[in-house]
Amino acid sequence: MAHPHTSEQPQAYEADETQLKDRLAFIDRYPNAARITRLSFSVSFTALAIGALLGIIQALHRTNVLRGIVSSVDYYSVLTGHGVLLALFFTIFFLTGIFTWGTSKSLGRELQSPRFSLAWFLLMLSGAVMTSTAIFGGLVGQIPFSADVLYTFYAPLQAHPLFYAGLAAWLVGTWLAGADWFRTYYHWRQDNPDERIPLQMFMIMTTMLMWYIATLGVAVEVLVFLLPLSLGLIESVDPLLTRTLFWFFGHPVVYFWLMPAYFAWYTVLPKLSGGRLFSDPLARVVFILFLLLSTPVGFHHQYADPGVPEGFKFIAMTNTMFLLLPSFLTAFTVVASMEYGARQRGGTGYLGWLKSLPWGNPAFAGCALAGMMFAAGGFSGIINAGMNINSLIHNTLWVPGHFHLTVGTASALTMMAISYWLYPQITGKRLQFYGVAQIQPYIWFIGMGLMSNAMHRAGLAGVPRRTAEPQYQQFDFAPVLGSMSEMRLQIAIGGSLLTLGALMFVFVMAGTWMAERGRGRLRVDSHLPEPISGASDSPRVLDNVKLWFAIAVVLVAIAYGFPIYSMVADGVFSPAAPPFPV
Amino acid sequence: MHVHRYERMWLVAALALIVLFIGTVTYGAVGAGYGMVDATGGEVDPTNPTASDNFREPGVYNGSEQNHYDVYIEAVQFAFVPGTSEPVRLPANSTVTFHVTSGDVIHGFEVVGTNINTMAVPGQVATVTVEFDDPGEYGLVCNEYCGSGHHSMEGSLDVVPPAQFNESEVN
Repeated sequence: MAHPHTSEQPQAYEADETQLKDRLAFIDRYPNAARITRLSFSVSFTALAIGALLGIIQALHRTNVLRGIVSSVDYYSVLTGHGVLLALFFTIFFLTGIFTWGTSKSLGRELQSPRFSLAWFLLMLSGAVMTSTAIFGGLVGQIPFSADVLYTFYAPLQAHPLFYAGLAAWLVGTWLAGADWFRTYYHWRQDNPDERIPLQMFMIMTTMLMWYIATLGVAVEVLVFLLPLSLGLIESVDPLLTRTLFWFFGHPVVYFWLMPAYFAWYTVLPKLSGGRLFSDPLARVVFILFLLLSTPVGFHHQYADPGVPEGFKFIAMTNTMFLLLPSFLTAFTVVASMEYGARQRGGTGYLGWLKSLPWGNPAFAGCALAGMMFAAGGFSGIINAGMNINSLIHNTLWVPGHFHLTVGTASALTMMAISYWLYPQITGKRLQFYGVAQIQPYIWFIGMGLMSNAMHRAGLAGVPRRTAEPQYQQFDFAPVLGSMSEMRLQIAIGGSLLTLGALMFVFVMAGTWMAERGRGRLRVDSHLPEPISGASDSPRVLDNVKLWFAIAVVLVAIAYGFPIYSMVADGVFSPAAPPFPV
Repeated sequence: MHVHRYERMWLVAALALIVLFIGTVTYGAVGAGYGMVDATGGEVDPTNPTASDNFREPGVYNGSEQNHYDVYIEAVQFAFVPGTSEPVRLPANSTVTFHVTSGDVIHGFEVVGTNINTMAVPGQVATVTVEFDDPGEYGLVCNEYCGSGHHSMEGSLDVVPPAQFNESEVN
């Protein structure tokens, strides 16, 4: 039995789909899962639209191209909103949507309880609304809310309690979402005791296990320290401890952004290319490596921190470098699967096959361009990971240049691209404004190319990140490559194109949402072809997620046990820093 | 488990590259002697750093050897003390250890265009030791968001020819 997908007869499913010409959309088979996916996507895309509008304000303000929309003080409210809405709400509501789809799709069954699913969605949404209210309250003088603490909310800067309470509610919502998917899996397992875990479900499970480990850090930070501090229940915190707890979460969260993209690259992109996935077993190995290595690397964000012994920075550096391995393997598989697809479509030659790929299909083009930019982002990430050269670029504009290639393109553009393919299936509506969708990935690619290269170079010149002003009074920046004015111009133009790209995407989605059902064929179908090398080729131990989870916990204990112990040994709240409300 | 030959080659090459990267970082630490900011600076009381043995009144001090200097810098919202209202002055051909802490929130301490780049964390003292071979003027910038006036937090560092450096400038 080589078929990993579903407990039903897969052959019949495929036959149905072709005969009925796409009328058997996901929404018709699993209406509840489709509804939760739709709801998650609607919050995700709303956050994207708002976050993108905040982005263009920043891009124009700090490059001096257009001042006056906000003051340099309010810039930080805008920056906090941009970070939280895009990095947490756009990406992770997308994740809950696509993982809900993936759970039902790969197990071939509905989620267990529509009410439970709706409950976690509403909890996440209410948390997101609370946090956003606190952030945007900072822009309105009469409202006593403020949360200009940026996405990292380092203590002892202190936001309004609503900011932390919202984050906590949202986080608990993500935990319940994971529980929902695991519960569905256990029911499936009872009916299918001998089957291999379907690949998509396997990816969802390993990603969520990583999330459960990682979010422990931020949950303790918020619930034990920052929320009580903002409510006045405690008087001080240890800034190094809370910062360390943040980064315990803060690196694995980047894989939480990336895993939906990897999920799509492994399971959907090969089909969009016209081929099949190269290897199911290696996809499992990759996700296991992410589960093992995502968390014990957080100190690479603290290379420049005092109070952390060098040896633990070294361990984090080594783990980080090994974390390159799953991404290198992914690069191989993705490109090999695309090449296979292109050759199936008649492509020939060493590189000539590239011309045979469906570049006019926005779902394909977005994923492929995102993968290409991820390669560039990976290499700039290696510089960040190298703990001594990191000193040249730590906290400079290089860093946002880097993560706009990774989360801002590898994740974000893939999420948008996959939506072009998936949204019709969860709504039963044909994608509208197809021409806009077709050029949108290219707009994003060009915009990011301009903005990101300039940010990297500005960072090399020492230009700091997270600041409202382009220049200083006491010194001038001396760029090695290019001039400051040219970089600012590229950032302004690139940032504007990116906002345009995001709005084009939201326009297509909103148009599709409002379109009538049943007008025209869906133009997409949900059938995912079998991998060339299937799950039955791989050892069963790969599916032993309990084992991998246990090893992951041990690795985290090695990386974090002693440093956290030494920070709390002198007193949990010591050195005691009183709060500074923003 | 079948792994395609090309994929095996790719895997081995990727592992070799990873080991090479780790090797270069290790060489930087052991061979070239690049010292990371670490826990050796010790802890202080965040509300009164100078009261601790690990920190002194901000300023420039003679170090343990000839041509060695210790510079104590306190980062506060939104200034470096010293550095913002008057430049930090140091002679060329010197070895300098910066001791940086914060008196309020987390700041960054970056000497623009160099690899002197550390966090200033309340309760902790960051130490960075560097050599200044030649005279030059450098900017100081706070590279971690520290509040509404963050963009105005800057300063300067002047490395002057030894002849122009007056020992009375040292505390």
